[in-house]
Amino acid sequence: MEEKEFSFRMSEEQRTMKETVARLVKDVVAENAHDMDEKKAIPPAFIQKVWELGATVSVVPEEYGGYGMEHSPIMNTIILEELAYGDMALAIAATLPSLFMYPILDGGTDDQKKKYLPPYCGASYKPCTVAINEPRFKFDPVSMETKAEKRGGTYVLNGKKCFVPMAKDSAHLLIAAATGGTNDLFIIAKENPGLKIGDREKNLGAYALDTYPVILENCEVPAGDRLGGDQGCNYGTFLQKTRVALSAIGTGVSRASFEYARDYARERVQFGEPIAFRQSIAFMIAEMAYEVDAMRLMTWKAASALEAGRDAKREAYLAKLYAGEMTMKITDYGVQILGGHGYIRDHPVERYYRNGRGIAILEGMTIV
Amino acid sequence: MINLEMTQKMIEIKNGMNGVAQSMLRPISRHYDDNEHQYPKELDVFRSMKIMSRPKKKKKDGEEQNPDKPGAKKPGSNLAMTITIEEMCWGDLGLLLSLPNAGLGNAAIIAVATDEQMEQFGNKWASMAITEPGAGSDSGSITTTAKLDGNEWVLNGEKIFVTCAERCDIAVIWATVDKSAGKAGIKSFIVEKGRPGFKLDKLEHKLGIRSNDTGTYVLDDCRIPKENILGSPEVKQSTEGFKGVMKTFDNTRPLVASMSLGVTRAALDFTREKIEESGIKLDYEKNPNNVSSLEKEFYLMEANLEAMRLLTWRSAWMMDNGEFNNLEASMAKAKSGRQGTLICQKCCDLLGPLGLSCDHLAEKWMRDVKITDIFEGTGQIQHLIVARNILEFSSKQLK
Repeated sequence: MEEKEFSFRMSEEQRTMKETVARLVKDVVAENAHDMDEKKAIPPAFIQKVWELGATVSVVPEEYGGYGMEHSPIMNTIILEELAYGDMALAIAATLPSLFMYPILDGGTDDQKKKYLPPYCGASYKPCTVAINEPRFKFDPVSMETKAEKRGGTYVLNGKKCFVPMAKDSAHLLIAAATGGTNDLFIIAKENPGLKIGDREKNLGAYALDTYPVILENCEVPAGDRLGGDQGCNYGTFLQKTRVALSAIGTGVSRASFEYARDYARERVQFGEPIAFRQSIAFMIAEMAYEVDAMRLMTWKAASALEAGRDAKREAYLAKLYAGEMTMKITDYGVQILGGHGYIRDHPVERYYRNGRGIAILEGMTIV
Repeated sequence: MINLEMTQKMIEIKNGMNGVAQSMLRPISRHYDDNEHQYPKELDVFRSMKIMSRPKKKKKDGEEQNPDKPGAKKPGSNLAMTITIEEMCWGDLGLLLSLPNAGLGNAAIIAVATDEQMEQFGNKWASMAITEPGAGSDSGSITTTAKLDGNEWVLNGEKIFVTCAERCDIAVIWATVDKSAGKAGIKSFIVEKGRPGFKLDKLEHKLGIRSNDTGTYVLDDCRIPKENILGSPEVKQSTEGFKGVMKTFDNTRPLVASMSLGVTRAALDFTREKIEESGIKLDYEKNPNNVSSLEKEFYLMEANLEAMRLLTWRSAWMMDNGEFNNLEASMAKAKSGRQGTLICQKCCDLLGPLGLSCDHLAEKWMRDVKITDIFEGTGQIQHLIVARNILEFSSKQLK
């Protein structure tokens, strides 16, 4: 295979996709993000519009109901950044089926692919979700307290999950649990009697995204529904892909805050001149500008490693760590530059600040 | 198509240059820090190498020559240079600045010299003298004068902070030919060592990069031939000429950012070595709040180094691709100069007594890296440039 050129330039295809998503966000979301946040709901029509871009289904092989196109982590970071620039809740909700389907595509058995992919490849968006986070101090996705124990031909799962997006409307969940020495993902139907979905959570950010706690009490899962069957799955790679995706979302949220604060500072007049004429404000804006770029480049770098089929453990970890820290810093600057006005919910920087806090904390909410 | 995986060729350059840094610079690094200004004779071997040269004119006909195996992707020259500089500065920043015939003055000559001037000065080691006691960041306000007297320019003034002031053969001196014309009147001149009226006044004692001979020139009715002016002697109404000179900084800022990358990585590599020696394994997987503060600090520094490098490589890559990179070059330098300084400080902190002792190089790297947030435009100047670009403000609006 010919070596790829080292390049910071988007291909025609990447640029077109970026512009398409940006246009969709501008037409559909921009005016409504505030409302969605206040009403704590995303109109299904918006999610359907994103679904119709076909990004998720396109990479599923034809035999499982998709179009068999190349799966590109870099392209997915581009899409996620643009969506999150419009609204973080929408970005997570609209791409949620990918989070369930990509791990099955990557590491599922033939039976799992046949059974679980086609129902989600339709023309209409159907939620299916993933449960990683746990409601406890010192949660760590690589040392989970949700356990799976093998008893004969079944696994018995016990534990608590939280921040499970759209769990109430999802027919299937992919749930992470520790199995002896390894970490695994289990495909579980909502009707499973050992699985209980609690009341909708109230969180600091992403008001419009409905998330739920999921309780597993002696939840019996057939061994055939352990992702990857007897071999299990590559949980590490799964984690890498979700970390890169969260970095892309952090980049989008941060860029939104940066651009809003930049435009505000140019127009807001105090002491007879725009506040951006002052270095104390202008330098904050300069810092926001290059940190948003740095975040994106680190996301692209990790995605490049994934795209090359290389282990991206280090790159993905550093990208998420950086995006987590910088999103907090940048969205904080966004509020600060607007001052009292930034604290009022009428301006979106307030929402960006709340949403942005999640990048460092969350795991496994979205995928490339 | 976006791809930030290093190519085979880039890895080869990196490994090759790291070998040079490891074998030639590291072993003499402490010695020339202790013996400030002493000429590093070990670097004489670089004299015969053409580190800086004019790019050869591209052949118009025929296929591009490619000695490598087919499909190998060569990085552009600026990107290759940033990789080279990072590796060399991983060895020693002060010594990199002391490489013969590779000064800023050489860059200026290569950029604008006529063929005759190239013939005469192309093989000389050229320092660059811009800064004056009263003109630092505001290089448009220099007061050194050049007056034409018959067939000679007569130069008067004082230049400070000149890199390689003593060991260079010639100096590129910035002076104004017409103070009333402001920036439009500023020109650069080649002054050979030994010209009457041209004196190296003193060498500075510095915080870091001590192996380099930073010095002061005094020009007292120094006469040079009329042909020693670089570029056109004509004073145009516009400040295009000055802007052109400023534009060369868009080319050199990514290189200064790379210097910070190299020193910073040296500090991080040493710190990692000590962390691992102590039995801690950096696994890049655990929740960063479930590891020790030392590990989390280290991860954050590593992430920042990666951010510095990608911003720097982007600005160099843009140059290679003929894109205007004024904004990105300043972003790279703003981030790398400041963050490199902070990381090298933090490494000393994490290293504890090893970070304070001159038995190790960490303390030296902390001193050396600081220059990258200062020379070729301080971090604050870089922020100004970035902010003006982003906000679309003029220098009058955002002072």
